[in-house]
Amino acid sequence: LQLDFWINPSAPALPVDVRIPAASVQSVKAFLESQGIEYSILIEDLQDVLDKEKQDMAESAQRQRSSSFDFGAYHTLDDINEELDHLASEYSFVEKIQIGESYEKRPLYVLKFSTGGSDRPAIWLDAGIHSREWVTQASALWIANKIASDYGTDDSITSLLDKMDLFLLPVANPDGFVYTHTSNRMWRKTRSKIPGSICVGVDPNRNWDAGFGGPGASNKPCSDSYHGPSANSEVEVKSVVDFIKNHGNFKAFLTLHSYSQLLMYPYGYKCTRPDDYAELESLGRAAANSIRSLYGTTFQVGTICKTIYQASGGSIDWSYDNGIKYSFAFELRDTGRYGFLLPANQIIPAAKETWLGLKRIMEHVRDKSS
Amino acid sequence: DIDDVGHKYYLELELEDVLDKDRTVSCTAEVLYPLGSKTSAPDVQVTVQGELRSTEEADQEFYNQMRSLEKELEAENIPDSHGNIPPELEPIHLLAWVASGFLIWQNSTENTKFHLAQVKRVKQVKRSDEDLQFDYVLLLHEMVSQEVLPWEVTVLWHPQNGARVSQS
Repeated sequence: LQLDFWINPSAPALPVDVRIPAASVQSVKAFLESQGIEYSILIEDLQDVLDKEKQDMAESAQRQRSSSFDFGAYHTLDDINEELDHLASEYSFVEKIQIGESYEKRPLYVLKFSTGGSDRPAIWLDAGIHSREWVTQASALWIANKIASDYGTDDSITSLLDKMDLFLLPVANPDGFVYTHTSNRMWRKTRSKIPGSICVGVDPNRNWDAGFGGPGASNKPCSDSYHGPSANSEVEVKSVVDFIKNHGNFKAFLTLHSYSQLLMYPYGYKCTRPDDYAELESLGRAAANSIRSLYGTTFQVGTICKTIYQASGGSIDWSYDNGIKYSFAFELRDTGRYGFLLPANQIIPAAKETWLGLKRIMEHVRDKSS
Repeated sequence: DIDDVGHKYYLELELEDVLDKDRTVSCTAEVLYPLGSKTSAPDVQVTVQGELRSTEEADQEFYNQMRSLEKELEAENIPDSHGNIPPELEPIHLLAWVASGFLIWQNSTENTKFHLAQVKRVKQVKRSDEDLQFDYVLLLHEMVSQEVLPWEVTVLWHPQNGARVSQS
């Protein structure tokens, strides 16, 4: 029968594991049944398992050779920072800069994409300001790699970077992000200590100086939408504000969140339309159409107040009121089925479709800035 | 607006079968949110136009599996941090959705928007009668306040009698 015992018979009542060649399976089964010996199948087709293992190992070896980062998986902060270094070293027009430090003293790293010029008009893109929204940091990495690797071959990206600079902050809230890995996957806020409270953290997207402290933010430290003791109290927010003000030539401010599939422009702190309503609405619709063109994913477009809820102290309200006309906030996949726990196999599709929307907006900004 | 009573909403919905994407069923619903600060669940009336897919075989298989487990099922974090659900826990996850539906209905107002964020913990409890019992801790995400809070709920389930949910 050519039976191959993996666990040999030793004593009665102890289980035995045996590999059976395909040709002998029927007779072995018949024998066991006739003797009243219970059995269960641990592996249906061993060759299958071996083939898959071989394939996995080959893929892994190939991955090692090209030392590529798996953009279709979720990573730790350390791994992300390593990849930022990798991108900066591989592409001459990509530079990693530090714009500040988090509350727990982690560096705030921004990738600067610049092909030359001095003080060119610039685009800002950030992700992960709310740490539990993991698809955003993951998408930002994919997008960074996409832009870097396609410069020179993709007409749109090339003409964009030939005229403008791009600044990308993939992990806007590193303390919160680490906390979602080590302690609480559902953590949203920063990790700053609040004087007089046992609760920790401020909602960084209620902390900007735009209608600060108004409706749609909580004054209770234990709340997940706590606006903080004062505007810009959070170093993660202040660092970005200072950087953008000092630069002085930003034309667009784009920020990624999840989930809900929305594409929004100001205002959140008040429910009236911005002066540039018509242009922003039209551009938003065009971007949403671009997103939908890839996989049919639908994003709703509108002001923050009308689309989601009234929320004060938000980043794009601040940027808009500070002269950065093209201010948009994206809420990526999905609409609630997985929510914050979006399966990793959806990272790249989400990043790809989101990129199309961002690109559409950036192209418009490029055309209006030249 | 209904004076002295509350706000009534008339809805036309299309239900999509999560397990059979091409299958949709239309339904209509009337939701009445009561006035006043007293927290009572909205009144909901639903009419389904069409048939829901029969799941008799899968239901029976799940029931038999759970009844024949030597050790009561216990699990945590469904999905896990990366969004993964082991295939054998899919039915447990689906049942959690049913339970969350009950919780969301009981706790909704016109100013809330709830979703099931994660099954934090589930524990099967052996029963002497015919029902399966699962005690869940569910994390619900509320969109307006952004809070993610744990809720304890008990689900009794039987292939013919369906689910009965009670808040612990």
